[in-house]
Amino acid sequence: MSLVKAIQTRDASALPGRRDEAWRYSDLKGVLRAIPEASPAAAAPQSPPPLAQVVADNEIVVVNGRSVVLRFVAVPGAPRTLRLRVVAEADHTAHSGLLALELPAGSDLTLIETYEGAGSGYVSDFGLAISMGEGARLERIVLLDEPADAVSVSQSEVELSPGARFRQTVIASGARLQRHETHVRHPGGGAEARLDGLYLLAGKRHADLTTVLTHAAPDGVTSQLTKGLVKDQARGVFQGRITVEEGADRTDARMGHHALLLNDGAEVDAKPELEIYADDVSCAHGNTVGSLDEEALFYIRSRGLPEAEARALLMEAFVGEVVDRIEHGTAQDAVRAWVAERLRGLS
Amino acid sequence: MLSIENLRVSIGDKEIIKGLSLDIPTGEVHALMGPNGAGKSTLSYTLSGRSGYEVTEGSATLNGEDLLALDPSERAARGVFLSFQYPLEIPGVPSLTFIRAALNAQRKARGEGEVSAPVFLKLAREAASKLKIDFDMLKRPLNVGFSGGEKKRMEILQMAILQPRFLILDETDSGLDIDALKIVSEGVNAMRAPDRAMLVITHYQRLLDYIKPDRVHVLAGGRIVASGGPELALELEERGYDQYAKAAA
Repeated sequence: MSLVKAIQTRDASALPGRRDEAWRYSDLKGVLRAIPEASPAAAAPQSPPPLAQVVADNEIVVVNGRSVVLRFVAVPGAPRTLRLRVVAEADHTAHSGLLALELPAGSDLTLIETYEGAGSGYVSDFGLAISMGEGARLERIVLLDEPADAVSVSQSEVELSPGARFRQTVIASGARLQRHETHVRHPGGGAEARLDGLYLLAGKRHADLTTVLTHAAPDGVTSQLTKGLVKDQARGVFQGRITVEEGADRTDARMGHHALLLNDGAEVDAKPELEIYADDVSCAHGNTVGSLDEEALFYIRSRGLPEAEARALLMEAFVGEVVDRIEHGTAQDAVRAWVAERLRGLS
Repeated sequence: MLSIENLRVSIGDKEIIKGLSLDIPTGEVHALMGPNGAGKSTLSYTLSGRSGYEVTEGSATLNGEDLLALDPSERAARGVFLSFQYPLEIPGVPSLTFIRAALNAQRKARGEGEVSAPVFLKLAREAASKLKIDFDMLKRPLNVGFSGGEKKRMEILQMAILQPRFLILDETDSGLDIDALKIVSEGVNAMRAPDRAMLVITHYQRLLDYIKPDRVHVLAGGRIVASGGPELALELEERGYDQYAKAAA
């Protein structure tokens, strides 16, 4: 059961739906009655990508599932920045794509990955396989910036090696159904994973951030912080599972998910799971869903800020914690600016 | 400056302020004293525009303008400042960022230009040093992890930078030790000016040893039941509020 299989066979019965535990809150089957025709080939977009402020020395552009640009400029011994644009130039058609990234031992990469939709009503599936050698470092910034009527699923498989550092921040603005999945195989051995997320949703948009991480050996560190702001009739889904396998001792895993509902009718479904089969571990998780603090709002307004600005200030502060954890300076600034712009639509 | 006439305020079905009239002329400091539950905080929240406080009768005007028709930020832009009894913590917003945003929002509402970052920093540095606030504290999120005394000092600091016209001090002395009380009172006294007025709300006379009022009013049962000079506060300290229980009933 998967979207990619349904697209390839044009068979809607292959779609996962709410009867499948992993898709309970994101009912693909209910949203897609039929699989539309295959998307045509299209040229790379002329428009600048989101987060354009970040200068990349490498670029991959995938349009309607096909790689159309591959530019790789090696900079020996220096950290590299790769921009991956996954673009839909499609009007009520469907496509899927797949890409593999291999990071050799000791390499250091910043990946700016954007999902952009120039068309409307499209159905897209994109898979990314990332394997990291010993001591490799990767900071991955994923921005899902798609039209309100798109159906888009992106899945990534991440394979870490001992001593590797994987840091990820996914920022989702939702679509008709938008889901980003990350599966991480964590080998311990001093490897570190950061799996952060942010969803900013309005209208009838739906975003689902799902992570599945397995600590398979001792001495691994995982830190996860996801925050969400949901307005109107939008719906946010957070599913986070961390499994600590037997023998994965001295694992340190923390998971936090916090969301604010900005009005009645907005919805958040959260399923945080910690499954621990090892004895000597340090694990914690926290999950809260609330609303903007009315007393704090009044306090801020009483100092002269109009209501919309007061709300925006509180929302920016709420999501700021996630943005602050982005280590790449220019990327952090670019994400902050993008988020601030998006918050204007929520305040 | 401030004129309240026959004000009635309810929270839900419960009437808290029951026909209150009060005039505070420009340049004067008035103290409002009263037992717990008399309606002191209700009055301060009503004047600053908190939702949930329903005015069923009467009026409150600032320099002739109807205060009650304005939202909280508009009142602030016209010079109303409430120093909270329990200042709120605002996680994630550095104090300096917050105060500058407030100052510029007020200036914008009044049709004035923004204060530049260097000018603002100079203002903030001066105000902090007068209130013995470590400047580095202003880089931390507003009031988060601050002690009760530090929070009250931050309120006075905001006052010093925002330069409001009409100040409401709601139980500013609560939670302060004697040293902090002196620093805070000096900060408040520095704000006294011929073009400014203050309403000092307090349960105890102690604060009025440091902030000398021109007039003292006793609030009980939602009404002003006595008004007089500073000597009224001393008399209250000696005889308590019991004598007004009947008048309030």
